[in-house]
Amino acid sequence: MQTADLLPLILVLAAVAYGFAYMRSRSVAAPLGGIRNLKALPAYYAARAALWCAIPALVILGTWAAFEGKVIQDIVMASLPAELAPQSAGHASLTLSQISNLAAGKLDPAMVPDGISGAAALLQELREQSSRFKALLVILISVLGGAFAWTRVAPHINARKSVERTLQRLFFVCAAVAILTTIGIVFSVIFETVRFFGKVPMSEFLFGTSWSPQTALRADQIGSEGAFGIIPLFTGTLMISAIALLIAVPVGLLSAVYLSEYASRPVRAVVKPLLEMLAGVPTVVYGFFAALTVAPFIRDLALMLGLEASSQSALAAGLVMGIMIIPFVSSLSDDVINAVPRTLRDGSLALGATQSETMKNVIFPAALPGIMGGILLAASRAIGETMIVVMAAGLAANLTANPLDSVTTVTVQIVTLLTGDQEFDSAKTLAAFALGMMLFIVTLLLNVIALKVVRKYREQYD
Amino acid sequence: MSTISSTTIGTISSTMNPTAIKESDMPEADPKKAPIERPADTVIEEGKTVGIPFSDDPKFQLRNVEVFYGEAPAIKNISLDIARNEVVAFIGPSGCGKSTFLRCLNRMNDSIDSCRIKGSLQLDGQDIYDPKRDVVELRARVGMVFQKPNPFPKSIYDNVAYGPRIHGLANRKSDLDDIVENSLRKAGLWNEAKDRLDAMATGMSGGQQQRLCIARAIAVSPEVVLMDEPCSALDPIATARIEELIAELSESYTIVIVTHSMQQAARVSNRTAYFHLGHLVEVNDTSKVFTMPEHELTESYITGRFG
Repeated sequence: MQTADLLPLILVLAAVAYGFAYMRSRSVAAPLGGIRNLKALPAYYAARAALWCAIPALVILGTWAAFEGKVIQDIVMASLPAELAPQSAGHASLTLSQISNLAAGKLDPAMVPDGISGAAALLQELREQSSRFKALLVILISVLGGAFAWTRVAPHINARKSVERTLQRLFFVCAAVAILTTIGIVFSVIFETVRFFGKVPMSEFLFGTSWSPQTALRADQIGSEGAFGIIPLFTGTLMISAIALLIAVPVGLLSAVYLSEYASRPVRAVVKPLLEMLAGVPTVVYGFFAALTVAPFIRDLALMLGLEASSQSALAAGLVMGIMIIPFVSSLSDDVINAVPRTLRDGSLALGATQSETMKNVIFPAALPGIMGGILLAASRAIGETMIVVMAAGLAANLTANPLDSVTTVTVQIVTLLTGDQEFDSAKTLAAFALGMMLFIVTLLLNVIALKVVRKYREQYD
Repeated sequence: MSTISSTTIGTISSTMNPTAIKESDMPEADPKKAPIERPADTVIEEGKTVGIPFSDDPKFQLRNVEVFYGEAPAIKNISLDIARNEVVAFIGPSGCGKSTFLRCLNRMNDSIDSCRIKGSLQLDGQDIYDPKRDVVELRARVGMVFQKPNPFPKSIYDNVAYGPRIHGLANRKSDLDDIVENSLRKAGLWNEAKDRLDAMATGMSGGQQQRLCIARAIAVSPEVVLMDEPCSALDPIATARIEELIAELSESYTIVIVTHSMQQAARVSNRTAYFHLGHLVEVNDTSKVFTMPEHELTESYITGRFG
């Protein structure tokens, strides 16, 4: 039996254990005069039985599945005759894939040495054995666990406590999964980044003003040494993000003010979802729009005004990105403006302030932390956005302050570095991880600032 | 329980007679309890107020006022005068419309979409609800203090200076300083606040916050101050200070106060108006209302029989 088949089986067994324990707790309670004489409700006894049935079995199954492959591999490799024993790590993985392909029937046995086909047979056999033992063990543990819990259905045993405790741990595990994933991502990036800095000095990376990551792949190939200065990338990112925020912050904020303070209820019910729909448009569609409509329009406009403009420009990407992040600003701002207590509004209006004076002097300052949170979220989104920039702003790493020029951003360069053929130990490829690390640090800093801002002002009114 | 007049019991028990209605429809219709629960249904005549609702020198002249929330009437045909420099207390059980009526006086109900107002409301002979009327000017003349202290999350100084700044009452910083100081003095808060004018107003105690709100309201030199249960969130000591303050302010302002505390109404007001289910039942001199009320509903309320 495969792991995938065992999982539903465990769930079925748990359901059965639930049913049995439920019935038993009721029948135990009946002679005592009803379930109120039990320490816990029947559902708790039943849930405990289901947990006893499922959790140990799942743990065993998970552990087995995690180590099964590695253990079998080691046994198979050790069984190889001496002349076939691999000399290097590369050779070992080649041999291993030969063996497993043979075992899967994808390779003709005539094409490999005898030792390999023997190993393949061993692999096949070990796998079957492992699978049998695994299924047997898991089902046994599951049934035993359920049976144990079933015997523990008794009026004086409090099942509520152990169920609550288990649930508490379950919630902790869920929270831990998210944190561990983040940590895992950070580490996977850190190791590659360290390798990159072994090839390119950090000062060149951080302060270099030229970005041209093309390096020679072979020793005899004619190619540049490669330049890895991130300044043009970060200026490009900052310029596009700044343009996007220049569009999104005023438009988003003012539309939030309109929605929360001026719009009648029916208008609000229509406009707010429509505005939020902007966030649902796939970024690649925004990319078309930027590349095919906005960018040519900007170029024509610039030519008409006698300015020189490239057909791909930071301005086009920034404008469209700004439209994309309007809902981040408007929706969050609308929520926080609505959260400002009515009494503050009334207090200001009762002093003879107009609606806009009330907005400017009272509501806006009170809602500022939430609004800042929305803006920073939008900024993180703008910095991380890739697709619109690829399509509308180009790939040329120009160090320029002219928004009509084509620029590129950190995320776009990561994409171009990691797509297509590549070797994973060249500076060019490793540079992508270093860029990712920088981007991670920058967005992390933005998030920390956002949290600090929110925390600092959170208790302002109440 | 048995002091309700016999005529009332007669009318109500005839409508509530269980034999007239199927038992299954109204299982809880208990003829013994019904007359005490709702004596109002039969004894209020719409638009008829006992006592002395009118004045020779009215600040507010309110005639046939009706207020609706959507279709539901909240105020049913009320006529009342509020005289210059008097303190009028509005009392009555919860939901009787006294706060709604108070908020009509400076058009605070404007921000409620479903609210409609009929009748004639005049301040110094000018219609409050005239479409051409500038509500900013109206609210500068008719200030308001709310149930829950609502200082702005700004410094004490900025709270008091808020109104004067909006209305351009001070040409120089020193003028503004004077206004702030005078307002805080009138509100009895100067000694506590003078050393921390730059501190956040939200850090003050509830009673101080409410006095700050009064200072903020009088900083724009209004003619009338409306108070909507100004002491309901305060402890007895803070309440006593606010009541002293109302007595002092009544020398220069017209004050309308909504309160749930009958002792408070008795202590601070010249006249008391008793509201019941959207009707204005009785308006009389406060001493008369609390010693010899003319209307039986008023008597029931002030003796604690309901509400």
